[in-house]
Parts: sequence; structure tokens; C-alpha cells
Amino acid sequence: MTTDHAIPAEDLAIDVRDLTVAYREKPVLWDVDLQIPDGVLMAIVGPNGAGKTTFIKSVLGLNTPAAGSVLVHGKPYQKNRSQVAYVPQRGSVDWDFPTNVLDVVTMGVYGTIGWFRRPGAAQKAQAIKALAEVGMESLADRQISELSGGQQQRVFLARALVQDADIYLMDEPFQGVDATTERAIVELLRALRERGKTVVVVHHDLQTVPEYFDHVLLLNVRRIAAGPVEDVFTEENLRATYGGRVAFVSALMARKGE
Amino acid sequence: MDILTELFTDYTLRTVALGAALLGISAGALGCFALLRRQSLLGDAISHAALPGIALAFLLTGSKSSLVLILGAGAVGWFGSVLIAALTRRTPITYDTALGILLSVFFGVGLVMLTFIQRMPDANQAGLDSFLFGQAAALMQRDIYVILAIGSVILLLTVAFWKEFKLISFDPDMAETLGLPVRALEHLLTGLFVAAIVIGLQTVGVVLMSALIVAPAAAARQWTNRLGVMVLLAAVFGAVSGVSGAVSSSMAPNLPTGPVIVVVVSMIVGASLLFAPNRGFVFRKIREWKSGRALRVDAVLVDLYTLASQHASADYPHSEQVLNVMSSMSGTAKRTLHLLKTLELAQPIDDQRWSLTPAGEERARRVIEEHYGGGA
Repeated sequence: MTTDHAIPAEDLAIDVRDLTVAYREKPVLWDVDLQIPDGVLMAIVGPNGAGKTTFIKSVLGLNTPAAGSVLVHGKPYQKNRSQVAYVPQRGSVDWDFPTNVLDVVTMGVYGTIGWFRRPGAAQKAQAIKALAEVGMESLADRQISELSGGQQQRVFLARALVQDADIYLMDEPFQGVDATTERAIVELLRALRERGKTVVVVHHDLQTVPEYFDHVLLLNVRRIAAGPVEDVFTEENLRATYGGRVAFVSALMARKGE
Repeated sequence: MDILTELFTDYTLRTVALGAALLGISAGALGCFALLRRQSLLGDAISHAALPGIALAFLLTGSKSSLVLILGAGAVGWFGSVLIAALTRRTPITYDTALGILLSVFFGVGLVMLTFIQRMPDANQAGLDSFLFGQAAALMQRDIYVILAIGSVILLLTVAFWKEFKLISFDPDMAETLGLPVRALEHLLTGLFVAAIVIGLQTVGVVLMSALIVAPAAAARQWTNRLGVMVLLAAVFGAVSGVSGAVSSSMAPNLPTGPVIVVVVSMIVGASLLFAPNRGFVFRKIREWKSGRALRVDAVLVDLYTLASQHASADYPHSEQVLNVMSSMSGTAKRTLHLLKTLELAQPIDDQRWSLTPAGEERARRVIEEHYGGGA
């Protein structure tokens, strides 16, 4: 943990200090510090109710923390907002909204085309390119209500790609997707890392953490541990994060040792 | 009879119809956003909350000019929507409860104030109670100008902020992370919503104005999967109901406009729920029935094929009774067999036994491959 602080602030993709969030006096996040270096692929894991989604939303300024600060590349998030793209949980929107795939993906550029303007051919082309990256270009005209769960997830990913950000924050992109989509997302994550992007993913499946990610944050209201997977993804830390569910942690570690 | 001729020649009627069309268009268009943001009932709360605003504006100014009354209604209606938001955010009261409380409290206060005004020893007060159920016939030329001006501003701003309104309706969090001023945009949208409501109060009335907001949008949603088309359709539905309500109430003495509009718009909603392609009830049932029939056809085909495969040739005939026993579907295979005959997939050998045609054999093999992985 001490090594984190040695990195100069502007080389950190995200620098979170003392973040505390409470809903109706109950703390959801308590005094969380996290330094995310540039170019890492980081998983955020922890039990249900650990504050993983709240953490991502706080970084994005979507809720009001009781205390704490968030710096993006050394500047307050509000100043460097355009460097960050958000992939919300699939269930956070109404998929019966009257629109199609291309239109949703094009929403990724609404922040840059300016007031009173409509997205034009250039923006549409960008959106198609992003759809191609997630293998969905043939579904551009598809009504969003007709998509499967995996396709919905890929539409959200494409929308974030269109933003052409440096940092991607994703809330459970693997939730309820089929194996094909899971593979496609993993490939996309790796491709993003190769391009020097920083990707932070709220993740539920502990087994795939060492395979998919190089950094991990273990969170349960407080920060339990954070850093490279090989250093902090230990039985001891997982026990501290998941509390009494010892058997499950041991089983996982046994498999990891194989 | 000649309502249409009169519509184009009678000056008063034309004025009334034009006003009703305009407010139907703005209410229908704004209603789409309310519907998609799950705020349909907000319109009801705002329109009821506007009643004390009308009374207050009259008490303060002594004027019955529609601009003054609309400003009063708008101010108090807006205040009501702010209060609902504050109650929901800052107290344990939920959104629907806040709507209910605000609607009844403000409406009650408004009724008390109206009664008070009617008892005042001033001859000028008459006519304010027509704001309850609306009286299109009372619309004057200058009222129409007010509706025209405000309605045009509403439509202009809706077009100007189209993509922003769409985004905050679909995914407000996303809008926030893109750096859009989501709060301000929401206030603007609510403001337009309030404006669309208050310009209709004189014509439609506070009690039923929300019908003109919600119903055209709900009907329009049935017919399309595109936001632009939905807003256009809702505007058309709103205009049609507004005009027919206003015109018929102008022709018949003492017929309040609001209820007539509600009757017309309900018919549009009913027809849309039933007959719209894709989302409509009738077509959905037909589709279900068709796919059910296709399933039955395939099931009997597979049965025939399985039976025949135990014999030398695939067209080996089998009797209806055997198929009845095999068929896991309820009822008899007879109807399905006759359908198979029409489709030329199976043929009767005599009056009891049936066999597959080559086409039926082909289809049965395909079905088995698709559903049983070719293992059968």
C-alpha cells in the first residue's frame, strides 16, 4: 500500500482519497483510499452490499460523498471528465425505450458534438466502428427491446468505446451474459489494455480474477487490500473481505494452487 | 351536419379548433417524455396544483385575462412539482405518495379559494369555475394568441434540446458522466411540461388535463419503436382529440370540453392497445396462435415420422388414433392433420390412416435436427 503513494499523482489514472459515502447515516463506503496506476486492468471484488457500485458511482460524481476526493490524472474528476467512460449495469435502463442499437451507441458522442446539433455521418460511422469492435455491427438497426442480455451489454460497451476515453469504469459487464459475450468482453478488455487504456471492472466471479485482471481491489465497505493480483489476491485477504464464508474461500484457493 | 364547412367558415369555431389543436400537439409531444421518464402522474398533480394558482392570480390582479391566469397557474404548478421532488428526496415519503398528497391538498385549497371568489360582491368573478372541466367555447382570439405563443416556444425548445431530452430520459447517469447539466435539463423539461399543461387548463380543465398529456403518448407508443415517430404521432393524436372535443362542446350548449376530449382520446388509446401491429393485443394473440399452430404441426409431423421410421418407408401410413395417443397436445390430432393436408405435408391414405408426403418428411427431418440435435 505504501508503494502506491510513491507514484506521482499525474501518473495515476485515478487517485481516490478518504472516500466516505453514507445513505441515511449508514456508511456504505468508509474512508477508502485507492491509487489506480495508468494502463492496468483492475477488478473490484467484494460481497453483496460491499459498496462496489457506490464506489464507481462516487468516482463518476453520480452521488454525493460525505467526504473524500477523486483525482483523474492529477486533476479533479470534473475537469478531466472526458477522459473517463462509464459502462453502467445493464439493468439500470429501460430496454423498452423506443430506440435502436445505433442510436444508443451514438449517445456516446453527445458530450462532444455540442448544443443544438444532431449527430451526423461522422458520428454514425464512429458508432458503427465501435459496434464492429464488439461484434454487433449487423444489429445496428435492431430495436433495443429485441436484444439478448449479452447483446445489451455489448451495446453499452460500444457506447463507451465511442467516447474514446482513457479510463473505462464498468459495473458488472459479465453479469448474466452468455459464454460468447464473456469471451468477447475479455478480448475487448485486453485490447483496451494493449492500447494503454485503464480499465476498472466491478466483478463477481472470484475464480476468473487472476485470469482476466492484473490488479484487484478487495472491498467491503472499507478497502481490505488493493494492488497487483499476485500480491493481494491471497486467502488471508479474501477471508478478510468475505468474512465467515471460509470454506468457499479455501476451495477457491485450492483450485488456484493447482 | 356541416361541422366541417363551419370549421372553415365560422370564425369562432375556427379559433377554438386552432387553439385546441395547438395545445393537443404540445401536450401530446411533452407527454411522451413524461411517459418514458415514468412521470405520467406528474401531469395530473401539476394540473390540479395549478388551480389555486389561477385563483391566486385572479385575487391578486382582479384580471381574467388568460395570460395572467396562465402565469399564476404555471407558477403554482411549477412550485408543486418542485415540492414533489423535495418531498421525495428529503423525506421518507415515496414519489407516488408525494404526488397523491400534493394533488389533493392543492386541489382542495384551490376549490376553497374558488368558492371564496364566487361569494365576493363583484360581478367580474363569473367563469373561473369553467377551469374545472374546461370550456372551449369561452376561448377568445387573444387566448388563442397566448396558446399559440407558448405552444410554439414549447415545440421549439423540444426540438432544440432533442438529443439531451432523449438521453436524460433513457440514461440520466450517462448524461451526467458526459458532463451535461442534467439537473438544469430536467428543470427545463419539467418547465415545458408545466407550460404544456397550463395552456390547456382553460380549454380542457384542471381535472382532466392529464388525460391529454398521458393518453396520446401511451397510444403513440403502441405504433412505433422510434422516439421521433412516437412524439409526432402523440402530437397528432393530441390535436385530433383536442379539436374534436373543443368543436363538439362548442356546438352543444353546456357540454364541458374536458370530458369530451377524454372520451375521444380513450377511443384512440383503446384502438391502439388492441390493433397496433407488434404491440397490439389482437396481433399479439394472432402471432401466439400462429406459433402455437406451427408447434402443433411440427409435433404431429415428428410423430408421423417417428412412427414411419419403425417401418421400411417414411411414408408408411398410421391411423389417427395412434397419433392422438402420441400427441402430447390436448385434444385431437384431426384438425392438425387436416391442416397438414392443406399444407401438403401429409396425405390421408383412407378415412383413418395418414402418411407423410416427401415435403412433410423433409420438414420433419429438419425439425428433429433443430430441436433434438439430430439424435432422433
